Amino acid sequence: MAIARTGKIPAPGSARVAERRSSAATARTRRGGGDFQRNEQRAARAFALPGIILLLLFVIGPAVVSLAMSFTNARLISPTAPEFIGLDNFRRAFTEDALFGESIGNTFLFAALVVPIQGGLGLVLALLVNQKIAGRNFFRTVYFLPVITSMVVISLLWRFLYQEDGLVNSALSMLTAGAYAGQAWLSNPSTAMGAIVVMSVWQGVGFHMVIWLAGLQAIPEEVYEAGELDGATPWQRFWRITLPLLKPTSVFVLITITIAAMSLFVQVDIMTDGGPLGSTSTIVYQIVQKGFQQQQIGYAAALSLIFFCIVLAMALVQRRLTRERDQP
Amino acid sequence: MTAATMKPRTAARRWWIYAPMTLLAVFFLFPIVFMVTASLKTDHQIFADMDSLRAFLPVGEIGLANYAAVFERVPFWRFLANSVFVTACVTAFGLVVNSMCGYALARMRWKGRAVVFGFIIATLILPFDTTIVPMVYLVANLPWIGFEGLRPVLEIGWLNTYHVQIIPFIVNAFAIFLFAQYFSSLPKGLEEAAAMDGAGWLRTYWRIIVPLSKPVFATVTILTVVTSPATWNAYLWPLMTVQSEELRPVMVGVQYFFQLDTDWGEVMAYISMITIPMVAVFIAFQRAFIRSIAGAGMKD
Repeated sequence: MAIARTGKIPAPGSARVAERRSSAATARTRRGGGDFQRNEQRAARAFALPGIILLLLFVIGPAVVSLAMSFTNARLISPTAPEFIGLDNFRRAFTEDALFGESIGNTFLFAALVVPIQGGLGLVLALLVNQKIAGRNFFRTVYFLPVITSMVVISLLWRFLYQEDGLVNSALSMLTAGAYAGQAWLSNPSTAMGAIVVMSVWQGVGFHMVIWLAGLQAIPEEVYEAGELDGATPWQRFWRITLPLLKPTSVFVLITITIAAMSLFVQVDIMTDGGPLGSTSTIVYQIVQKGFQQQQIGYAAALSLIFFCIVLAMALVQRRLTRERDQP
Repeated sequence: MTAATMKPRTAARRWWIYAPMTLLAVFFLFPIVFMVTASLKTDHQIFADMDSLRAFLPVGEIGLANYAAVFERVPFWRFLANSVFVTACVTAFGLVVNSMCGYALARMRWKGRAVVFGFIIATLILPFDTTIVPMVYLVANLPWIGFEGLRPVLEIGWLNTYHVQIIPFIVNAFAIFLFAQYFSSLPKGLEEAAAMDGAGWLRTYWRIIVPLSKPVFATVTILTVVTSPATWNAYLWPLMTVQSEELRPVMVGVQYFFQLDTDWGEVMAYISMITIPMVAVFIAFQRAFIRSIAGAGMKD
């Protein structure tokens, strides 16, 4: 997963391709009349075709269907044909559907908490397991373990831990010597989202630890040695050398956590069903609710389109911001 | 380093390094340890042990009764076989389709290359969940050629099949991107050299490019198994498209434990059973996992 660090794929017409063109011409003459270039065209199409067909059918296709459906009142099982209703679904989403508005707010709240916590803790873990110490592989394995555990399993497990008579409360009560009485974390509107944030970070942070670790290990040792010669303290070395050199990694970490956080669904579906009082309902949870439980697929498609626009806008803004910082 | 040569600071420094790391290790491990030990206890025992460290220890009346109950409640082996089959198919077909597509994008010149590449980059940010509603609508109306004995018959609708769990997830924009990126880093002129020896494109790809690209194949395999919404962790999609029990994967099985009264011991036993295989594979190939996710640049 080295996109953040390594170069881009050369565009057609770049120097490398131009060079290939001339060597391809050589190959053609050596082959004695075999039409290498036309052969290459045909071969390339054949290589790419299965992927393109599947992509059109299962990625682009549903996106286009979704776009078209969002302007209709289509239902999953309905005797009448869908009718074109213009922008009614969007008007309903923004003016009548208070729960959807609340879900957008909850989704942004979740992302605003998870992105810095998971990104920051991931970097701390990476710095810890990047030290040349005995047992670092053990710690890497342990910190990474939740990542390979299914979110379904983890949500069930933590739902149990968060119960009023669950392990989280008994641990807190033990740590405070009985002063803390405990509460049902997922049934209280003011703590439910926080509880989901903690377990989501617990599950996902190991993945980003590994990404940061790769970034750290790509920094040449000599850079630190030079810093040490100049008398930099470890703290200065971190802020002045390590962090600036990790910028490409941080862009990747930022964008991947944001997209994952905006798509919050499984945890909510299994732990809270969007409750209590809609305090953990998210955009994707509403899409699935409206589309499947209530079978209003036209309306769900409109919500999907809104969601896509939000994620796209955020990705573009993040790219713009991080790019500007690249050129001071 | 012996005690005699140790500087006075070293022991203190070591404490400062290991204490926070151990605390963090406890934080990451405690739910998993609790899951496994609770799976050996009765519900009564689980709750009785909750307010002490006994919650993490296999003590008291322990036994495999919960595991026996899991086999009574769900067709576990069937679910497991389904998950293994679907995961293997999605991963294997995905490696072929995505690597060939990535190869054409990275190392071949053809009209339409730029357009296809642009589309793939655009779909990278499209979360799967946003299109799941029209996806279900679409697969419910797709044709398929089935067989009644040896006679082919045209069927409409992919719901309740294995292929609905496999085919839509073979192509993966991110995998194509990783393959293309890796292939373009290989030395120039491999194809020309092969062409001079008379090898065609397919042969060049299979005999030269694939053997040189084992790391990226490992990365994509691991990422597919761990993060794809259609492999081992598949939940929402099979929940919506597969109603018949004999085709369902392991994650959907958790639904069976929350019907009338929830027996948490059984829940813990079931989720341990579907977690331990992946954990075992991970521990066996731990370095490969971490290296794969970090990408090619990591030295260890």
